[in-house]
Amino acid sequence: MIGGIIGFVGGLAVTLKSAWREPVTAEYPESEKRLNLEDRYMGFPALTWDGDVGEPYCTGCMVCVRECPTQCMSAEMKDNPLYPLKSRRRKIIDSFEINLARCILCGICVDVCSFDAIEMSHEHELSKYERNANRADLPSLISMGRDYQKKIGWNPRNPEKNNGLPQVEEGGLDSGAGEAVEVEE
Amino acid sequence: MDGSIDLMINMGPQHPSTHGVFRLVIWVDGERIIKSEPHIGYLHRGSEKICESEHYAQIVTLFDRMDYVGNLNSELAFCLATEKIMDVDVPERAEYIRVILCELNRIASHMLFYGVYGLDAGAMTPILYAFREREKIQNLFESITGARMMHNYIRIGGIKEDLPGDFQKRIVEVLDHLKRGIEECDALISKNEMFLARTKGVGSISGSDAIDFGVTGPALRASGVAEDIRVTDSYSIYDRFDFNIPVGTYGDCWDRFYVRVEEMRESIKIIEQAVRSLPEGDISASVRRIVRPPKGEVFVRTESPRGDLAVFLVSDGTDKPYRVKVRAPSFANLQALEQMLQGAYLADAVLILGSIDLIMGEVDR
Repeated sequence: MIGGIIGFVGGLAVTLKSAWREPVTAEYPESEKRLNLEDRYMGFPALTWDGDVGEPYCTGCMVCVRECPTQCMSAEMKDNPLYPLKSRRRKIIDSFEINLARCILCGICVDVCSFDAIEMSHEHELSKYERNANRADLPSLISMGRDYQKKIGWNPRNPEKNNGLPQVEEGGLDSGAGEAVEVEE
Repeated sequence: MDGSIDLMINMGPQHPSTHGVFRLVIWVDGERIIKSEPHIGYLHRGSEKICESEHYAQIVTLFDRMDYVGNLNSELAFCLATEKIMDVDVPERAEYIRVILCELNRIASHMLFYGVYGLDAGAMTPILYAFREREKIQNLFESITGARMMHNYIRIGGIKEDLPGDFQKRIVEVLDHLKRGIEECDALISKNEMFLARTKGVGSISGSDAIDFGVTGPALRASGVAEDIRVTDSYSIYDRFDFNIPVGTYGDCWDRFYVRVEEMRESIKIIEQAVRSLPEGDISASVRRIVRPPKGEVFVRTESPRGDLAVFLVSDGTDKPYRVKVRAPSFANLQALEQMLQGAYLADAVLILGSIDLIMGEVDR
């Protein structure tokens, strides 16, 4: 009997102690005091923007489309109009669509991309007013990506390889840009 | 039965305390349960079959979603199986990080159990405390893996990326917090006379019965059988750590509850040892992106928060497995439910069901 009371009062003491504790929750979405996202937070995938050239990093190689476990992406490539004068990329993405409602945020697309073209942004809110609004197209993916790049100060993981600027060497542009020599003359 | 009529009662599939979509049909004679019949399959997603049409790297995401409370432990089971069939040596640092994260995940899972079990018993407060502690772990996970639940962090041959720079500082904070939190949670209801009266001697199952039913994990250890795969059939690097296997005596709801509380303390011991001896080095073995294991089959057992999570993997030499069979601990533990419910009061059915700590995503797969 006595033991029962002691155990019970002990539990109440724990509750009483927490009455003076700071709240650990934050109101959502009204409150200004939001819980911060970690740097590595994986939100929806977004396409990165190459500010030096003025085009996305994505060349439309389709490897992320093939490797996606839920087949939530589709992409088409085109010849890059900026190649070879302004950009080193021969092909560039023409259209890209990700069904964000279908995406499982696994990050496999980021792993397989060898052009640093896709990143998991910090975008994570899915509520939309229209039925098809979660199908993100190329402009919205790029704007998501640019927001993300600006927020975390993004740098390409492999800058030498994925630098989009045409590299002018002695005797012309870099290898593989045969026609470019004529343009330069 | 001399004049009395058995009454059939449906618990579920939308019953709030069945922990997922699960239907339990109970026949009662007055207040006593005379027979019960679990109906599963409401959350069946065909994961095992989908595995046969996905690449090995993609399957990790499916394992995340099988046991959606102990995600990292599920991921580990599949990655260990694939590594075993490919004969890959995982770097030391990756092994340590895996162990740290899996044990944190175990604590998070048991914290969830602790909170929900309080709800089952009719106490509203514990879940708020448990979620506060669990949130610390989830935040740490978010800073390491980028996700709070579906991590896809443990990869074949290692892990996805190295720990962030402030990890050492944060893990110390989280462990301090957790140690205090576990003691607080323990003080909150573990000595509460009302809680003891509801759980002690309820839903008992003997050790030999539990073994016969294939019960594993905390539910088996509560019956006094010191069987923990981390110790008895050690995998990864668990043999390097010094920790005890908490066991119960009677195999009742109280023992199943308290074994988990004790296990959280043991997990903290493991994490502390692992963090102290975390070596530098690579985080992943050199494995090709498209994994093509040689022909053959493997069977790997791991200790998930719920018990013996085993993966049987058959490879036919292509980039997709021929067969993936998951031995889900929740599924096996569920088999003993009928035995535990036999003769119990109807009011205790929820408590007994809760004490097995079912994850329906894992039962149905």
